[in-house]
Parts: sequence; C-alpha cells; structure tokens
Amino acid sequence: MAYSRKVIKKFEETLNNPSANNVGRLDPNSDSVGTGMVGAPACGDVMRLQIEVDSENKITDCKFKTYGCGSAIASSQQMIEMLKGKTLDEARSIKDREIAKLLELPPIKLHCSVLAEDSIKKAIADYESKKA
Amino acid sequence: MRTKAIYFDYAATTPVDPRVAKKMHECLLLDGNFGNPASRSHEFGWKAEEVVEKARLQVADLINADSREIVWTSGATESDNLAIKGAAKFYKDRGNHIITSKIEHKAVLDPCRQLEREGFEVTYLDPDEDGVITLEALKKHVKENTILISLMHINNELGSINDIDKIGDFTREKNIIFHVDAAQSIGKINIDLSKSNVDLMSFSAHKCYGPKGMGALYVRRKPRVRLEALIHGGGHERGFRSGTLATHQIVGMGEAFSLVKKEMEKDNKKIKELSEFFWDQISGIEEIVLNGNKKNKVANITNVSFSYVEGESLIMALKDVAVSSGSACTSASLEPSYVLRALGRPDELAHSSIRFSFGRFTTKEEVKMVAETTKRVVRQLRELSPLWDMHLDGVDLEKVEWAHH
Repeated sequence: MAYSRKVIKKFEETLNNPSANNVGRLDPNSDSVGTGMVGAPACGDVMRLQIEVDSENKITDCKFKTYGCGSAIASSQQMIEMLKGKTLDEARSIKDREIAKLLELPPIKLHCSVLAEDSIKKAIADYESKKA
Repeated sequence: MRTKAIYFDYAATTPVDPRVAKKMHECLLLDGNFGNPASRSHEFGWKAEEVVEKARLQVADLINADSREIVWTSGATESDNLAIKGAAKFYKDRGNHIITSKIEHKAVLDPCRQLEREGFEVTYLDPDEDGVITLEALKKHVKENTILISLMHINNELGSINDIDKIGDFTREKNIIFHVDAAQSIGKINIDLSKSNVDLMSFSAHKCYGPKGMGALYVRRKPRVRLEALIHGGGHERGFRSGTLATHQIVGMGEAFSLVKKEMEKDNKKIKELSEFFWDQISGIEEIVLNGNKKNKVANITNVSFSYVEGESLIMALKDVAVSSGSACTSASLEPSYVLRALGRPDELAHSSIRFSFGRFTTKEEVKMVAETTKRVVRQLRELSPLWDMHLDGVDLEKVEWAHH
C-alpha cells in the first residue's frame, strides 16, 4: 500500500519519538480532562484522544494513543496539532476532510480521518458531561 | 533495482535463479532457440520442441510422474481453473457437488464461486485450529453426487500441510476426482505422484526460482482423468490447453524444477535452521501468537500475530523488510486475513498477522537483523497502542463494548 510522504513522515516521527509527539495519557478521572475512545479492535483501529481544558474552555494539552494502520496514527497526530490551543468551539468545527486533505489520504483510508473527528467530538462530550 | 530492503516474502514469489535465467535467455534471440515448438517443418521448430520436452521430463521427474501427464499453463491460477472447471464440466453427468475448503487460495475459491453461479453446489470446509483439513472432517461432507474435491497441499499463509496421501486413498476408493493446489509445495516437501492418489495437481514456476507467468497442471493417466478445456485454438497440449508454447518460460520452469531436485535437501536444511533461529529470537516477545502448528508446517513460512499491534502499521514500521500481511492478492484491501478468520482467530489477531517467508538466498545476518527490528517495532507500536495500555491495566478487551464502524 503506497502512503503519501506526509503520512510516512508523521508515522515515523511518532514511532521514533512518542513522548515528544503527544503520545501518552492524561488522568481520565480529572475534571479538566475529556476522553474520547472510538473504533474497535475487530475493525482494525482504535483511537483514544484525551484533552485537557482550562477554565476558559481552551484546550491546553492533548494526548493520544492509536491502534491502527499508519494512516490512523498519522491522522491522530495531525488532529492533535490542529487541536492544541483551540477553544472547544473551534475544536468542534474541525472536519475529517481537513485532516484527510493535509495528509493526502487515499479514499480507502478516509475512515482514519473520520475516526479522528469522532474522537474529538467524544472527548469534548466527555469533558462537558463532567462540567454539567 | 537494488534496495537495502531485506526480502522475506519468498512465499509470494521468488527471484529467478541465475542458472534458470541463463537457460531462458538461450531461447529468445535469433542465434538462440527461438522457434515455435509446434513448427513441424523445420529445424527451428524441432529444436524448440526438444527443449520443451526436456523441461516436461524435468518437471515430471521431480514429482515422479510420466511426462505425458504434464500440461503447460500460464501459472498455478490457470492450472487451478483448468482442473476445477475442466473436471466439474467434464464429469457433470456424475453429479454436481464439489468440496473445497475456506482457506484455499483465491485461484481455487473464485473458480468454485463461478461454478456455483453455473449451478454446481460447493461445500467449503472449515479447517481445524492449525489450518489443516482432516480426512475425518472431509468424510462428513461427501455425498452421493460429489464429483470433485479440491484442497491445497500447503497453505500459503500458514505453511500448514494437508495429508494428501490419506485423502487421496479415500477419494480414489470413492471414485471422486481429487485436485491438489501444490503451488507452495515445490522445493519444500517431497511429492511422489506414483504413490499419492492425486488426480490433478497445480504447480507454479515462480514460487521455486523460475519465471512468473508459467505453471503446469498434472493430469493423471492411470486411471485416466479427463477435462473440458478452457482455452481453444489449435489443440496444443493434447487439447487441454491451446496456444503457442512459451519456450523460454517452459525451459525456465524445467530448469528450476531440476535445480530443486538437486538442491532441495540442502536448501531445506538451511531454511529450517534459519527458521528455528528466527523463532528463538522472536518467541520471547510478549503476547506473540504463532499461527499454524509448528509440528505440521513447512519451515519456510512463519506466520505470527502480535496482539494489540495492527498488522499494516507493523509492516509500515518494518520499512526495510519485505513481509506480507495475509496474502499478496488481498493486501490492498482492509479485510483481515480470511485464512486466520477461518481458523477461528479473533478479528483483532487476524488484523495483526504477519507472514515472514524465507528462501534460497536468505542469510543468517538478515534473519538476525529482521528479528531485532521486529522486537523493536512491536515494542514501539505497543507504546502507541491504547489496547496495550488496557491490557496492562488488566482490562478484558472482550468485555469492552466497542463502537463498530
């Protein structure tokens, strides 16, 4: 399977230096952390995104872990870069198509970017449910 | 093309042996043996026919058959098509039931599907957990109207071996045509068709250091097996397969088979040692699963799953190593291996299977390097894997409710 150079670059950076590339986890029980886990092992990808949000609804930190193909891992990384420093409202407006475009994902891999968008929505929902 | 990548995908295809390439080259140019083997009126034709018949003997010799039982084809896929469709159509008056298995190559499964569309009934057997079709399992599905059984000798993904002698004795007694796809067998396991009651057997040249686009079908003479031809146009190959014979390809296959006969023992000894060395190196990785049974498989194929690591990402991380996930024909799709699924492996393990296959030119240095790389990237990918986290936290993944998509 031929991957775009961008996917390969992101994948390899993440693989070789995970801690510098937002791989990890935040305390899921903290009130300021929202967790979104999407996908299923049987389908070949699972993405877990965690966001830390300050009192002004701004995302101050994000961590992820992803089980899946190179494109899924690269999509997670791309998503995190787009999320950092954004407000929740801005984050909510991130579309899978933007991620796919930036990574030049082929049609067969579009579900990776869809998964990334879903994980953002779920992480925000989890955070907001703690505030409610 | 020279790359620094290490080739560990010999079960997909092999490079042509230089000695084979040399023989093939002799049959191409004006000053070489380029004639049409079917030309009866001049020396060019006679000389070409001579080397084609020599190659037929070389192929027959390796499998202990009569050279008149060898039909040249364009590869194992065509051989499988000719055997399955050809026998089913010829013997359709006897019945319309065919038996095969769920872990056959697509070159067998797809012709069977086609026959179903044409009114035949096909039973697809489940393998046991090691990827083997046992005679006992087969017997349960044989019916009065069963005319053909098609099973592979060695599974291309797992390397598991079916006992074709035992099955052949049974099919002979029942007067059922027995076809065996032996594309993965040549050079790995002995075949003696004077002893095995196999009626039709498919071979490929490129899996054993011969050229691609070349194969053969063994068609038994005693008792005589008949087929309806698929390709018409001149009645070459005793009517089984028309078309001008590709002298250079045929000579390549003959030479490749003759080299196998000479060097199989030596090659296999080396590959077995390398394979054991490889397994010693990687078997210490946590949560590694060997697919197939070590006691009943060919040494050149090692198929493993690393739990909580997805196969495609593993292949991408093993960037200087050529391996495959599932079979080469299906690696463009997102489906997990249908072979592993048929063994009853959970989908996530089927998603994470990697086939390492060694061959004649594999070195110990390469095996060592690949084992080291594999250990490293599995560790790296697990560090990225939320499933590995959950596993370490003691979460039972089977009990998690996943949102399937």
